[in-house]
Amino acid sequence: MKILLDEEKCVGAGQCVLAAGDVFDQRDSDGIAVLLDEHPGQERSGAVETAAQLCPAQAIRIEKG
Amino acid sequence: MTAPALQIARECPYAPPAQHVEMRENGGVSRVRLPSGKEAWAVSRLDLIREMLSDPRFSSDRDNPNYPALATVPPPPPSGGSRKLLIQLDPPDHAPARRAVISEFTIRRMAALKPRIQEIVDERIDAMLAGPRPADLVEALSLAVPSLVICELLGVPYTDHEFFQTRTAAILHRDTPPQERGATYAALRAYLTELVCGKVREPGDDVLSRQLAAGADTEDVVALALLLLVAGHETTANMISLGVLTLLERPERLAWLIADPARMPEAVEELLRYFTIVEYGNSRVATADVELGGVLIRAGDGVVSLSNTADHDPEVFPDADELKLDRGARNHLAFGFGPHQCLGQNLARAELDIVFTTLFRRMPTLRLAVPAGQVPFKSDATIYGIHRLPVTWDE
Ligand code: HEM
Ligand code: SF4
Repeated sequence: MKILLDEEKCVGAGQCVLAAGDVFDQRDSDGIAVLLDEHPGQERSGAVETAAQLCPAQAIRIEKG
Repeated sequence: MTAPALQIARECPYAPPAQHVEMRENGGVSRVRLPSGKEAWAVSRLDLIREMLSDPRFSSDRDNPNYPALATVPPPPPSGGSRKLLIQLDPPDHAPARRAVISEFTIRRMAALKPRIQEIVDERIDAMLAGPRPADLVEALSLAVPSLVICELLGVPYTDHEFFQTRTAAILHRDTPPQERGATYAALRAYLTELVCGKVREPGDDVLSRQLAAGADTEDVVALALLLLVAGHETTANMISLGVLTLLERPERLAWLIADPARMPEAVEELLRYFTIVEYGNSRVATADVELGGVLIRAGDGVVSLSNTADHDPEVFPDADELKLDRGARNHLAFGFGPHQCLGQNLARAELDIVFTTLFRRMPTLRLAVPAGQVPFKSDATIYGIHRLPVTWDE
């Protein structure tokens, strides 16, 4: 599983951090989301999918495999 | 044929109006007549509201004469020379304005603020316990806590709080006469201008001073301060009042909830969904012809989002009209969706969590001082809530 995060779209709502805090974080300087783990293990797929679904800016994409 | 009048008031405090539910079941995009007499579209399905709020062809500009305001009288245009507020900006202006403030509201920032919120809540509860019974929870706690928290963010002195509480409530009320609304806006703006000018001379450790340091001009900072007050005060207050009432009315669920503090975040989320108090707050105006849910929306048409109705859709939230404190669903519209999704949402979550946890721990005998049927709901306001909540407790 590979995660693609579009920083340009991110509006810093932090939904991804709430859903999967071990995969996403927010930069202190500007609040924009960053990936802590670009290739999380399969066991995180539920949390990561929730993050992608909740992201109000639709800035998170998941590539399976 | 003219479209049916959009019903604003809820028949039941805990559920959307039957008219809105019918619209949701009939495809989710309906022609309605607003209190102003103008026609607009009402969107009542969660997927369609999300789609609309993600589409840049729908504008947030509340100054657009076609913006579907629910007040019978439009709010006054911001006085000459003033800046547009973040909440009404469209692309490409919105993103840079939002980026300039996100860092103040990150999850880590909000976590760092929690001890201060806890202090504020404890002080308010101390004051309640030392004061007369019964007390009005709305005054004593609901309005006081978010007001004090925003003042903390902005660096507003406590002595000016009364001023803010009355002014922000008047601006939000649907029936405030236009002249009075205009005068109230002007008074708030004048106060904030003075505050910000003070911070130019003498910066403090607050959002306003940091915005100035980052290069924002006085007028921008005043507009931001005004927005944070209007957006974060009465909203959070209403959620506190509604949450306390609802939990007091369901003692078994309340007992389950307070047995383990780790249950609170999910319960807060469910209360947010259940009430979706900013139920019309994600309204927009189309700037181009757009198809939404199979309906052609014309450039210039207003679109009212019925977010509370969407959040009670049983297809999205099973047994949607039931309060399930452990539902664990965050895909609701209580904070909106798209680029304007609530900037203060993680502050609101922290405040609600701390207020409920602390209140029920410190006042275990808290109860309503009037029959629940007599609690006055803000059924005529565009942001749902409670006017007064008389409560009492044992010494
Ligand atoms: C339970 C409490 C709250 C609720 C239900 C709520 C709800 C909302 C909603 C629905 C929107 C979207 C409006 C739109 O799309 O046009 C919004 C935006 C906003 N909220 Fe909140 N809010 C709450 C608390 C707060 C707090 C505490 C603050 C800050 C102190 C705040 C600041 C804002 C700001 C600045 C925006 C505009 C963001 C933008 O346009 O980019 N809100 N809120
Ligand atoms: S949920 Fe989306 S918008 Fe919010 S911080 Fe994460 S990536 Fe950014």
